[in-house]
Amino acid sequence: MEFSSRRLADVVVGVPAGPIDHENAQALQRALAPILNAPADGTTALLLDFEGVDYISSMGLRVLMVAAKQMRARSARIAVASLSPVVKEIFDIARFNHVTEVFPSVRAALEQMSAAALAAYEAAR
Amino acid sequence: MKRVRFWGTRGSLPVALTAPAVREKVIAALRAADGRRFASDAEIGAYVDGLGMSVSGTYGGHSPCVEIETGGGEYVLCDLGSGVRPFGQKAIARHGPGSPQTYHVFMSHVHWDHIMGFPLFTPAYLRGNRIRIYGGHSVLEEALRRQHAAPSFPVEFSALSATIEFVRLEPRRCYDIAGLSVELMLQRHSGDSYGYRFSSDGKTLIYSTDSEHALSDLEETNSFVEFFRGADLVVFDAMYSLSDAISVKADWGHSSNIVGVELCQMAGARQLCLFHHEPVHGDAAIDRVLAETRRFEEITRGGRPPLLVTAAYDGMEIAL
Repeated sequence: MEFSSRRLADVVVGVPAGPIDHENAQALQRALAPILNAPADGTTALLLDFEGVDYISSMGLRVLMVAAKQMRARSARIAVASLSPVVKEIFDIARFNHVTEVFPSVRAALEQMSAAALAAYEAAR
Repeated sequence: MKRVRFWGTRGSLPVALTAPAVREKVIAALRAADGRRFASDAEIGAYVDGLGMSVSGTYGGHSPCVEIETGGGEYVLCDLGSGVRPFGQKAIARHGPGSPQTYHVFMSHVHWDHIMGFPLFTPAYLRGNRIRIYGGHSVLEEALRRQHAAPSFPVEFSALSATIEFVRLEPRRCYDIAGLSVELMLQRHSGDSYGYRFSSDGKTLIYSTDSEHALSDLEETNSFVEFFRGADLVVFDAMYSLSDAISVKADWGHSSNIVGVELCQMAGARQLCLFHHEPVHGDAAIDRVLAETRRFEEITRGGRPPLLVTAAYDGMEIAL
């Protein structure tokens, strides 16, 4: 699994790629740690762009649950966007649509989450 | 092993089908008939059988009790939930009260839903019967004696006429009991629970209920995969959704349909049977969980052989 991230105003957008299965769920956890443990820096939301994720196992979902708890503890939001049809079904069956917000695209998420982040997103395109 | 028969499948607390729920089923059946006429009772029966569990049946409400039909002359059970009462009545009806029998009972643990049927297990009151109760807990005998004691129940344990023996088993040892090879495994549950691996005649059954799986511990996951390895049937605690099991109900000691599928897939098991149903779930909710679990298995199967997924109901039989 590969992971990159970028800041768009007050939103951090994380981009995992590849399957998030039992073997590499901990790699996602390690990749998210600097974001989740960062000192208060005005971040209002973590948005995970799942366009490149073709599978997520229960261990991967657990990593998202831990991230969701940490973001909520900071009074910040967490969302996922651009889920493939299979990953969307896994989210629904696992009832994870109650754990993170789910959006059809990064743009749709930013529209709901932050005008400043949306402007930064559009400017970078 | 010939087959597995479910006498109690509900977790935590027995439930009963209510009058409003029955009424809804009748309305749904009549609506689906849509004015159709039936020429015979057999035709009506065939129609009813095609309606599905949530309309023409019910998953049932007894707490856990599962019978393993070994093909031998002695009975083998897992747990003593309220389902053991109808099992006991059936056994007595089959043999008559004057025909002593031997019952081997393997206990997952001694929480109330798994022992509550024993005070009403009629064979325990009949002289000549032999009941051997196996488990990994040191408090096995104490727990069963205590629920018979006043003021909880009017008949003291010491008044039971059957010969009742308690046998402590150790995890990771292999025992030969009632013609079965038996191995148990410590599970994550308040006060501990034990899963069982039963093998005979080239068939393997896993009974793994009241077991929470720590998804952060890959080593623990792998040890369950090995325990489940190649099983013909895995009876699995799928009480909660995954999100509930790892958030609001974390540390409650139960698992989910998602983890059940994943463990069975990794272990190369052939059939997963969802068990220990959440008592607040009606038949339609369990039907929905079953359909979703089958779909989850399908979309995550990859190149593996299909895993058959079923949901246990009181009265269900699975041939091995």
